[in-house]
Amino acid sequence: MKVDRGPRIALRTVALVYLGLLLVLPVGLILYRTFEDGIGAFWDQISTPASISAISLTLEIVAIVVPLNVVFGVFVALALVRGRFRGRGIVQAIVDLPFAVSPVIVGVSLILLWGTDGWFGGVADAGFQIIFSLPGMVLATIFVTLPFVVREVEPVLHEIGNEQEQAASTLGADRWQTFWRITLPSIRWGLAYGIVLTIARALGEFGAVSVVSAGASGESETLTLLVANRFEDLNLPGSYAAATVLMGFALVALILMSLFEYRSKRA
Amino acid sequence: MIAAENVEKHYGDFHALRDVSIEIPDGSLTALLGPSGSGKSTLLRVIAGLEVPDSGAVVISGEDVTHTSPQKRGIGFVFQHYAAFKHMTVRDNVAFGLKIRKRGKDEIARRVDELLEIVGLAGYQTRYPSQLSGGQRQRMALARALAVEPQVLLLDEPFGALDAKVREDLRTWLRRLHDDVHVTTVLVTHDQEEAMDVADRIAVMSEGRIEQVGSPRELYDTPQTEFVMSFLGPTATLRGEVVRPHDLVLSHEKIDDGVAVIIERVVHLGFEVRVELLDEAGERVTAQTTRGRAAELGLYPGQALFVRTARPDQIPAL
Ligand SMILES: Nc1ncnc2c1ncn2[C@@H]1O[C@H](COP(=O)(O)OP(=O)(O)O)[C@@H](O)[C@H]1O
Ligand SMILES: [Mg+2]
Repeated sequence: MKVDRGPRIALRTVALVYLGLLLVLPVGLILYRTFEDGIGAFWDQISTPASISAISLTLEIVAIVVPLNVVFGVFVALALVRGRFRGRGIVQAIVDLPFAVSPVIVGVSLILLWGTDGWFGGVADAGFQIIFSLPGMVLATIFVTLPFVVREVEPVLHEIGNEQEQAASTLGADRWQTFWRITLPSIRWGLAYGIVLTIARALGEFGAVSVVSAGASGESETLTLLVANRFEDLNLPGSYAAATVLMGFALVALILMSLFEYRSKRA
Repeated sequence: MIAAENVEKHYGDFHALRDVSIEIPDGSLTALLGPSGSGKSTLLRVIAGLEVPDSGAVVISGEDVTHTSPQKRGIGFVFQHYAAFKHMTVRDNVAFGLKIRKRGKDEIARRVDELLEIVGLAGYQTRYPSQLSGGQRQRMALARALAVEPQVLLLDEPFGALDAKVREDLRTWLRRLHDDVHVTTVLVTHDQEEAMDVADRIAVMSEGRIEQVGSPRELYDTPQTEFVMSFLGPTATLRGEVVRPHDLVLSHEKIDDGVAVIIERVVHLGFEVRVELLDEAGERVTAQTTRGRAAELGLYPGQALFVRTARPDQIPAL
């Protein structure tokens, strides 16, 4: 489509204003508020026990969720691409479920399942706390981040085909050796991209986690919850500072993401 | 020796191999020749263990390996599209099988260099497959397969993805390699010229069956079925007899049971001259002769001649 110069400039302006108003301005405003009293004030806000606890809890959740999703995601992707079984369509749909279901519903359903009155409530009675503690938050985060690794690895597996794996087997490699030496290196950029998406999503998860967290400051509060709670308590500088830390993590993820996307396109 | 015994293979409803039996003598270079879809690759993959037959057996060196995984069959397999390990250098590709077998570092390095020398890729050790041409990739794949000293080398249309010139060079090269290395080799191809050129034995396949096995000469001169006859070279039909065009003899006088024909077209193809003829019934017959003979006869379109078959004793009854 060819657009004349006048309308073209107008279109661009509209697009830029739209992006600016909806994305850049809010984020920029938070950055401005965070640092308006100087970097020292920011540091004070993020070095409180509650902040440190929130940062470490968030990273802890990410550190548990990512390996689990990697193992599960690669396994499911392999089964979907290479396996021959009935019900593949159903598995495909289930993998996409987290995209369709609102995180709040995820949280509520976890309580229905693992809460004291839930189906698996016995686990809690036996003294193993799931809901309102770390396992619950991990489960919620796994749920919402589950599709990313599967969906990034699947097309790569399709593309590489299985001839390299067959070649490896004729050269004497068993399944395990073939997986480590051929399959995994071949999908590495897709996998890396899936991991970064998982991290980004896990860092930012709010709805599902807020339902299953006990919400105790300095204990079961993730970064997103800290931002929300400080905001409600009208500790605005504290809220902004926590938000900035969160955005910092997300920015790192975003940079890694573009890097891996670039690598995977070249590979 | 490698043998397939009464092998059957279905893909769903499709009958890909029908009671296939073949013996491949040690040290031979056997071609599986047939049109696309005739089951050549399936048979090769059954021998390799990449496909499991529905019934029948595969025997390698006296051992029944029908249910042995490819990794334990002592085979080397070369794929049409190279199946190069894209994330590894040429050196690591070739070393793969040796590393799996946990050979010493020095031994691996020595063997890899030696093989790359043999396949003409010395100096390419640190390149990646993406930095090689198709022909080079396939030679790397051959070196990789040979590295583990397989009892059998299985090649599935190894030159199929290359252009004509490279393909011809590589098959001459493969023939020489085989003379040097002597590894029992099975080559799948749909190109009869390639099979005749490279192989010492050819098995012709059609619709999941083996039609005939023999030396290139035997198959060409004494084909047992019309399919083999027509697949191995051009044919001409004279009075219901199917013969090779070069077995048609042209003459000015009627000799024996010569048939009267009129020349429709004369095509000079260098040494060979193709003469397109029309018989009295208006049927087309193509004869093939040499430049010298054509000059002797002074062939021109519209000329009336006689044509007969040269070696009636060797023409199969069909
Ligand atoms: N994995 C498969 N699934 C279903 N059909 C197949 C499969 N592999 C081969 N076939 C079919 O079997 C027939 C023989 O295939 P193949 O052995 O590859 O023939 P060729 O190598 O002689 O061209 C073909 O018609 C092909 O479509
Ligand atoms: Mg084939």
